[in-house]
Amino acid sequence: MKLLEYEGKEIFEKYGLPMQKRIGVLKIGDSSEKLKFDGQGPWVIKAQVLAGGRGKAGGVKIANTADTARELAQKMIGMQLITHQTQGRALTVEEVLVEEASDIGREIYLSVVLDRKEGAPVVIASAEGGMSIEELAKTRPELIVKTPVDPNCGLLDFQARELAFNLKIPAGIFHEFTELAKSLVKLFIEQDANLVEINPLAITRTGKLVVIDSKIVTDDNALFRHKELTSKPDHEASEIEKEAKTIGINYIGLDGDIGCMVNGAGLAMATLDTVKLAGGNAANFLDVGGGATVEQITKAFQIILKDAKVKAILINIFGGIMKCDNIAVGVVEASKKVKIGVPLVVRLEGTNVERGREILSTSGIKIEQANSLWEAAQKAVKAAAGN
Amino acid sequence: MSILLNKDSKIAVHGLTGSQGSFHARQCLDYGSKITAGVTPGKGGTEHLGVPVFNTAREAAEQTGANVSLIFVPPPYAADSILEAADAGMQVIICITEGIPVMDMVKVKTRLKRLNAEGKNIILVGPNCPGVITPGECKAGIMPGYIHKKGAVGIVSRSGTLTYEAVWQLTCHGMGQSTVVGIGGDPVQGMNFVDTLKLFQHDRQTKAVVMIGEIGGSAEEDAARYIKECMTKPVFSFVAGKTAPPGRRMGHAGAIVEGNAGTHASKVEALKTAGVTVVENLSEIGKAAAAKLKATLKPVKK
Repeated sequence: MKLLEYEGKEIFEKYGLPMQKRIGVLKIGDSSEKLKFDGQGPWVIKAQVLAGGRGKAGGVKIANTADTARELAQKMIGMQLITHQTQGRALTVEEVLVEEASDIGREIYLSVVLDRKEGAPVVIASAEGGMSIEELAKTRPELIVKTPVDPNCGLLDFQARELAFNLKIPAGIFHEFTELAKSLVKLFIEQDANLVEINPLAITRTGKLVVIDSKIVTDDNALFRHKELTSKPDHEASEIEKEAKTIGINYIGLDGDIGCMVNGAGLAMATLDTVKLAGGNAANFLDVGGGATVEQITKAFQIILKDAKVKAILINIFGGIMKCDNIAVGVVEASKKVKIGVPLVVRLEGTNVERGREILSTSGIKIEQANSLWEAAQKAVKAAAGN
Repeated sequence: MSILLNKDSKIAVHGLTGSQGSFHARQCLDYGSKITAGVTPGKGGTEHLGVPVFNTAREAAEQTGANVSLIFVPPPYAADSILEAADAGMQVIICITEGIPVMDMVKVKTRLKRLNAEGKNIILVGPNCPGVITPGECKAGIMPGYIHKKGAVGIVSRSGTLTYEAVWQLTCHGMGQSTVVGIGGDPVQGMNFVDTLKLFQHDRQTKAVVMIGEIGGSAEEDAARYIKECMTKPVFSFVAGKTAPPGRRMGHAGAIVEGNAGTHASKVEALKTAGVTVVENLSEIGKAAAAKLKATLKPVKK
């Protein structure tokens, strides 16, 4: 799960990372009077969205007075934001963070990520921050420093020192930096993160070290030991996706019009690819799981049909341990429970497939059957086009 | 010969007495696999499915000669079971469990590396995988046994049902399998494509390999490098996730395109450059392999 900047900063605070004072977070429907300012300003107003490039898109503003800050925050709420990372889609700004602005002198990039090949965390840093790591890798690859981490020891003192020397951290904040780097790795391990990023980490004109932005991606598999995270909403998931999750179905909404129901994540991905190859576009990724019981299939139908774009449904199930005849009964029973209203194409393969196909064809329900995934995809594309 | 498992493999099932463990162990026994022990702390001394249950993996290994662990333990405890199996001297550890925290696997991986550096030769398969089967000899996993046939094609895959699909197509085209290995869909896992390809390359029964990849990570690119430099056997491949949106996890924890890393295009290009036959349409993997191999392989009956 990806956390918003202020949610990440709340975790950073527990690890003592140096940050500017946060005035507050404004949500849709909140009055800007809720924001209690103290201090001199200036203040910075930041749209809380899960995409980089906010500044250029108008999602970061500076205010010199509390009144201006309130006004800007109010305006930013509900704003539609398109950045270079949103693939042309607009994100609605639902929350805005207001905090003290920093007088940034230098920007550094610092993150901890999972090195999948090594199976261990790695610290990635660059003396030049502010842009994304992908851009950095393109423009200044020679500045990127990687430090592998032993998960049982964390970042060692000498590694933190080496990192500080590499990044040319000034003597006055050298110790503070090494402590910060060690804390960030500690946070990564203790909080079961998949990614922790500070971009930028600033050195102010007065020589102070300040965390400007935060990005944390947590591991869903580890939620059982982070109860405080389970209450947080998943900002990335759509309403249908959230609903699917609560009933144990793995669903991701896509742009096309062919609803897909598949058992197994890999086969589900391959099904989307095959639909595309046949000239269509899938409306969703949906893994109905290994069970594929009447109950699961019914739920899956209900979830798929919540998307009004869906013009046909393609079911692709490889019956292994769960035999095809049982799956066919499940599809028939579920079809009776849910008003489907769009063409249904079913491809069954595996154990007892003949019996399964017979159950489908004699069920009295209008089901188009296919003998291969390729045939099924072609039939679904045709059905969607004609509907 | 085959890889990882054969008719003499003796399996200890961790979590034998649980519902998943019970169900799938029964299927493995029916297939003819030798399950010699169950491991469930607190249930030592009892018997389940006619198999003796032990409190610890060490007792299971010492008293029944078990050399393979098959793990069905729930996610919060599965990493510990892997380490227990390793400590007990199991040579092959197959972890089926889905949903193990990545950090737990990071710690497992660190310890296994150290044990192997000390001279142990422990192979971990998974987690979040369907397991391993050597058709006609031994099944240690959750795959439907009957779709497989003994033969000469080795299969390695990051996905479950996608593997069954490939196996089924091969079987229907008269091509049996030497061993089928599901390495799993997690970002941090035991053996990877390269480790498996090496075993297939050195296995006399295996004459060709089918490799089923997916988006995320760089395992396919690493495999391509190995194939180009070291493999003499033909390799066929399909990579799932061409149409997956970037930044979203497609069911498997490891199936995600992050920034410019782990894209479908990069994997396919690397594999093609290495001389691998890459099919774009999954429905054609059996046909593609058959077209190239029919002349050299003796067909098996479906």
